[in-house]
Amino acid sequence: MFLKNYIGDIFSSIKSLLTGMKLTGYYFTHLKEIVTEEYPDNRGTLKMAERFRGEVIMPHNENNEHRCTGCQACELACPNASIKIVTKQETQPDGKKKKRIDTFVYRLDMCTFCNLCVNACPSEAIVMGQKFEHSVYDKKQLKKILNFPNSKLMEGVEE
Amino acid sequence: MLLAPDHITEEGEFIINMGPQHPATHGVLHLKIWLDGETIKKIEPQLGYIHRSIEKMCESLSYRQFIYVTSRMDYLSAHMNNQACALAVEKGLQIEATPRAQAIRVLLGELTRLSSHLLWWASTGLDLGGITPFFYAFRERETINTILEETCGTRLTQNFIVPGGVMYDIHPDFQKKVKDLIKQFRANYHEYDEILTGNVIFQNRLKGVGYISKEDAISYGCTGPTARASGISCDIRKLAPYDGYDKLKFDEVILSGGDCWARYQVRMAEIIQSLNILEQLIDNIPEGDFLAKTKNVVKLNKGDIYQRVETARGELGVYIVSDGAATPYRCKFRSPNFSNLSAIPHIAKGAKIGDLMAIMATVDLVIPDIDR
Amino acid sequence: MNTPTPYSFASLATGIHAWLRQAISNDTLLQVTEMVITGVCLLVFLVLLCFFLGYMERKVAAFMEIRLGPNRVGPKGSLQIVADTLKLLFKEGLTPNGADKFLFNLAPGIMVVTSMMAVAPIAFAKNFQIWDINIGVLYVSAISSMAVIGILMAGWSSNNKYSLIGAMRSGAQIVSYELSIGLSLITIVILSGSLQLSEIVESQANGWWIFKGHIPVIIAFVIFIIASTAEINRAPFDLTEAEQELTGGFHTEYAGMKFAMFLLSEYINLFIVSAIAATIFLGGWMPFHIGSLPAFNHVMDYIPSFMWFFGKTFFIVFIIMWFRWTFPRLRIDQLLNLEWKYLLPISMVNILIVTAMAIFGWHF
Repeated sequence: MFLKNYIGDIFSSIKSLLTGMKLTGYYFTHLKEIVTEEYPDNRGTLKMAERFRGEVIMPHNENNEHRCTGCQACELACPNASIKIVTKQETQPDGKKKKRIDTFVYRLDMCTFCNLCVNACPSEAIVMGQKFEHSVYDKKQLKKILNFPNSKLMEGVEE
Repeated sequence: MLLAPDHITEEGEFIINMGPQHPATHGVLHLKIWLDGETIKKIEPQLGYIHRSIEKMCESLSYRQFIYVTSRMDYLSAHMNNQACALAVEKGLQIEATPRAQAIRVLLGELTRLSSHLLWWASTGLDLGGITPFFYAFRERETINTILEETCGTRLTQNFIVPGGVMYDIHPDFQKKVKDLIKQFRANYHEYDEILTGNVIFQNRLKGVGYISKEDAISYGCTGPTARASGISCDIRKLAPYDGYDKLKFDEVILSGGDCWARYQVRMAEIIQSLNILEQLIDNIPEGDFLAKTKNVVKLNKGDIYQRVETARGELGVYIVSDGAATPYRCKFRSPNFSNLSAIPHIAKGAKIGDLMAIMATVDLVIPDIDR
Repeated sequence: MNTPTPYSFASLATGIHAWLRQAISNDTLLQVTEMVITGVCLLVFLVLLCFFLGYMERKVAAFMEIRLGPNRVGPKGSLQIVADTLKLLFKEGLTPNGADKFLFNLAPGIMVVTSMMAVAPIAFAKNFQIWDINIGVLYVSAISSMAVIGILMAGWSSNNKYSLIGAMRSGAQIVSYELSIGLSLITIVILSGSLQLSEIVESQANGWWIFKGHIPVIIAFVIFIIASTAEINRAPFDLTEAEQELTGGFHTEYAGMKFAMFLLSEYINLFIVSAIAATIFLGGWMPFHIGSLPAFNHVMDYIPSFMWFFGKTFFIVFIIMWFRWTFPRLRIDQLLNLEWKYLLPISMVNILIVTAMAIFGWHF
């Protein structure tokens, strides 16, 4: 009885080991199953999901106009103060003075990509961009100004 | 503290410090181990290496903001952590998420649970010395992460839940991709059995190792698969259903073994249960809004709220004390890993060093959740 | 055997010998010169071999793990291991504070030297052997068990408890598995009646032992593969390193070239046990013959003998790698259980059967 168990044990163990080896052997001989991406080489074809949160960007149209009214809702919504909006008073063509953004400072180094600022924005001025290769040699480069130089508020956003 | 009497070794004993940098502690956990040869005589976990004072941070964040911080506690069940906080806030506001939002939450939650259990499976194999299983599990996990990325925008720390619902509607491809995932998973599941579950070396490493009795598991406050493997019914999805879990058909997996093998089997069965939940829900997502109307500034009434959910590792409790302001007065998280860790010194007493790896792997600790 | 032998290394060796004989008249000097030449050739060969084995291991691992493996340096990543070696060369050879400096620096050397010594009696091709010692089998098993000294030395002198545990484990492990290796080698010694590796190879001219000796020799072969995997500390028996338990075991504290020497010795050991298994069980450089098919045998003879040897060796290397990338690790007591409760009793019974087989001539 002991001997029967002993030999049975050996055979069942060998069988279980061979099952595992069969699986790895299968993958060794079926190289089509390889799932890895060759990342830096496939930069050209790599497409991130449309909702992917890479960085906060402020889209500008071809007339160098953005949609940010400087309401600072995003600044308030940001949990870790990555956004700082500096506003200025700008004289409009009709003579009225209005609040406009001077600089939209976005600190990528502090951002956790929680999407709360994008959610909070009432005028859809900021969105999440797809770029994810953010490494730079100098930390200062991670402090970004999102509005382009001399950009203006788009007509009709403020109403 | 350093010179306390229990830091002195007896004749023939020696102390090794496993961690804070150690390949098998999955993070910066520091275990001080009293050894007699290979046998463990005593373990003293030392915490605090990744303490970020999340509870304190929550006190200065608004009820919309503090949800995202909890993704960083148990980062593998980030979605469930967010869900717990959102549910707590909703309880305080006395609203409920819309049916569609609830279904989306459950779907994403089960996807997260799947991905978390897959990572656990992968790292269990890795901790016990088999490197190949890791990659097989990550193949399926990658599919899940792609689905999550498409809908939530992020792969790990989603922050997709807001009080009252979810941030966006699901991606148009979501349902098809989840169905593909279920198909892929069910087709590949036999490989998991072949390479690890059925392997005689692996079974010998787990069977009879790291036993914890039902009574001990209760007194150490174990929850989740760790407790269910000792025969305790503690699935919050069954006991205190939230977000429509009561309408779903799934089994609470309870085994009575109490050893590493039972814990392993509970998790493997939970993977199947998660797939069942996904299958039930994926075609029955109710139509409607994905976000209930809430005020811009969320303020809770004076008082306290306790909400618990079942994360991949056990029961997460969120306790919020509100003084009526826009930020919590006090926020306390009852994290599953902290309680589960407290059982490890008891479980591992008398085990070998190799067994400690099996115990740590099957209890499945996530260190940032212990320290918070 | 008067079959044609293309690409004969033997003629090359004798040619060099004759040329040196003319150039150097002093006998002692001649011998020393030849030894130096052999040594240098061997070193170069082994280092190149380790490069190849390292590359092979990475690719085998990658393909089994459904990934691509090294693919950056050189064609299909083949020079990756060269780049890694260069990196290790330029790294600081750190000696930890409190370590026994002399032993700490000596240990990697001992590891490499013991592994290289075991290459001596291996027959790489027909009539091509560095040292055809008449107790080849005994010599190899004696030398290979000396590796434990290097490991113990490294573990003890590192002044690190992880290293010490690793070294102690390796002591228990190598000493135990030595027995099974010896006993499974003895089966062939009984059958062939010689300890000399060249004679064992000759005895397989009419069929390899694994075919001639059928079931008992197959059992011995399997035991040899398992035990030698344990002997050279490879997964699933890599308890001395046990990355996840001991963070690297006996070589936790080693860095740079000293660490590279441990790697070197690991791969040389891998090659040696495979070569021994190929020589003893699979006929060494003997071509594959089927008794009643002379035409087939003739074709097989045209494949050069070194190809046969390396083909068989790398087949066994592949199997050992296959083990490593499939199985989880054993625990120390299970490891010893496997040896003392399974491998040793089985190989003892096996020896009895083989002895009976040799006496009654039950083999082919």
